Amino acid sequence: MSEMPLLQVKNLHTSFFTDAGEVKAVNGISYNLDAGKVLGIVGESGSGKSVSAYSVLRILTDTGRVKEGEVLFKGENILKYSEQQMQKFRGSRISIIFQDPMTCLNPTFSIGSQLREAIRIHTDRNKEEIQARALEMLQLVGVNEPEKRLKQYPHELSGGMRQRVMIAMALACEPDILIADEPTTALDVTIQAQILELMQDLQRKLGMAIIMITHDLGVIADMCDEIIVMYGGKVCERGTADEIFYNPRHEYTKGLIRSIPRISEKHEKLIPISGSPVDLLNLPKGCAFAARCDHAMKICLEQPPEEVRVNDFHIAACWNNVKQMMDEAKDGEET
Amino acid sequence: MSGQKHLLDVRGLKEYFPVKSGMLNKMLLKAVDDVSFTIDEGETLGLVGESGCGKTTVGRTLLYLYKPTAGEVYFDGQLVTEKNIGDFRKDMQIVFQDPYSSLNPRMTVADIIGEPLDIHKLYSSKKERADRIAELLTLVGLNSEHANRYAHEFSGGQRQRIGIARALAVNPRFIVCDEPVSALDVSIQAQIINTFEDLQQKLGIAYLFIAHDLLVVQHMSRRIAVMYLGRIVEIGPAGDIIGSPVHPYTESLISAIPMPDPETARHKHRIILEGDVPSPLRMPKGCPFRTRCRYATKECEESRPELKEIAPDRFVACHNR
Repeated sequence: MSEMPLLQVKNLHTSFFTDAGEVKAVNGISYNLDAGKVLGIVGESGSGKSVSAYSVLRILTDTGRVKEGEVLFKGENILKYSEQQMQKFRGSRISIIFQDPMTCLNPTFSIGSQLREAIRIHTDRNKEEIQARALEMLQLVGVNEPEKRLKQYPHELSGGMRQRVMIAMALACEPDILIADEPTTALDVTIQAQILELMQDLQRKLGMAIIMITHDLGVIADMCDEIIVMYGGKVCERGTADEIFYNPRHEYTKGLIRSIPRISEKHEKLIPISGSPVDLLNLPKGCAFAARCDHAMKICLEQPPEEVRVNDFHIAACWNNVKQMMDEAKDGEET
Repeated sequence: MSGQKHLLDVRGLKEYFPVKSGMLNKMLLKAVDDVSFTIDEGETLGLVGESGCGKTTVGRTLLYLYKPTAGEVYFDGQLVTEKNIGDFRKDMQIVFQDPYSSLNPRMTVADIIGEPLDIHKLYSSKKERADRIAELLTLVGLNSEHANRYAHEFSGGQRQRIGIARALAVNPRFIVCDEPVSALDVSIQAQIINTFEDLQQKLGIAYLFIAHDLLVVQHMSRRIAVMYLGRIVEIGPAGDIIGSPVHPYTESLISAIPMPDPETARHKHRIILEGDVPSPLRMPKGCPFRTRCRYATKECEESRPELKEIAPDRFVACHNR
């Protein structure tokens, strides 16, 4: 690659220091995000998918700390920024929207004043310009009767409308990256479709990059150019959507894909992943998924797998993949 | 409908809740408005719809957890009433959505599962009770040593198994499953779905499977009923409903499912519904769906469409179909 990626995350480690001990939420993840692309991060609760994004923006709770790693935005390590620099950075360069728009909007202020605040902090527009921009943003995200909505309070809006307002706030200062943390999980399926459609539409219009965090493989398949599958705070595999869905190389990804119901004529039984998620307080020595993996080998219990390049569009961290690639190479030599 | 006797026969079920609006005004929230369906022995009927459509209320009302405003529920041919519901509790059980709030944190697993046994006096000795609890735990994929622990010591999936064991304790013939897997992670969700299926095969239990996830519902159910604003708009065999939906609402609902398959996603055309579900307090006149329907005509404004049979075992409530 000749051009520098917009965002580079390098060997990021984040832990929460609790009374029970150190919870290792993110354990060395790395990825690149190019301008205008949609990156999906998929994983179950506790996989570290949200924490990895919060670490980028440094919005962790008090007990959380980024222990190691670099986050380069256009080549600059933003983990070295002061809190003041960070405040300027958040919202203007990278924005975030959350799962539950009700808890993110302040119930005591009108939609308009919250939207205007976001614009006022990051730009030097005057009062009229700010008001005009607020109105323009609401129109952009498809809020009906925008003039009226500006005067309303969050509780007067439906869940879908609130999420639209959140998106308007996040995009008001034209960020380069929008992080969407489970943006449609709290919404009904027809409203989810509206919001996903809106995000795709805005992405095309404004050209920002999106980091889409979700547990829903359907949403991921629908939206993303590239996908990262996370488990136990680590990247299991990373690749284009087609590679991840049609050529999964990590046993966890394979298990996830087998365990979702599909529409089919004949009734096929689901193949679930056995056991329960890994305990982040006591991460195993080897692969975090080994205890639940049907194909775990001796090495899986002893040594964490390293990320191996499968092809130009695909990287996987699974010893079974290494074995498979070695077998394939051997077969190639013999024939 | 066939002449055979259904296990569960719900006719014209209505559940109206009085709500206050303003100082003196009392309004009726029609959560469930004239809902009828049947479930056969050992069958699963899926009930889908968006939040607020009344699907949970249907499940609770037919069990008399809420007193129905109107309508009848027949179980195995007998009319269920407020007076005799106690006799039916052994046959009809429920598993709740939230495995955290539906288990008492002060009770051990043995007490949670043993409570229905105590109430219905289903044992003659302490040993028999303990044996039955151990048997139930094994049945749902837990082990008997779990009996003396408390609910908080378990993960979400395991708690849901405890909830299922509690429902199974009285040997029910019918269970209302109210969003039993929505709170669980994908990998755990598949475990619980399989548990429900295995139990049905082993014990011949019928389910009313309530969920908003259409992929899960079509996987579980033989027939599916789709609800919108308190009414069933379409009901029929699962494959037909998903494969060739007839009601415009079902059509858009199915087109809105995010498919876990990039190839399908690329070629799919989403039918996006405009706006939100209207408030059930201000129900539109005529067809409740007409405000968001792209086929709505004058007729839809004037009269409410009733369910009509368009194919064997397939009913749709729409003027234009």
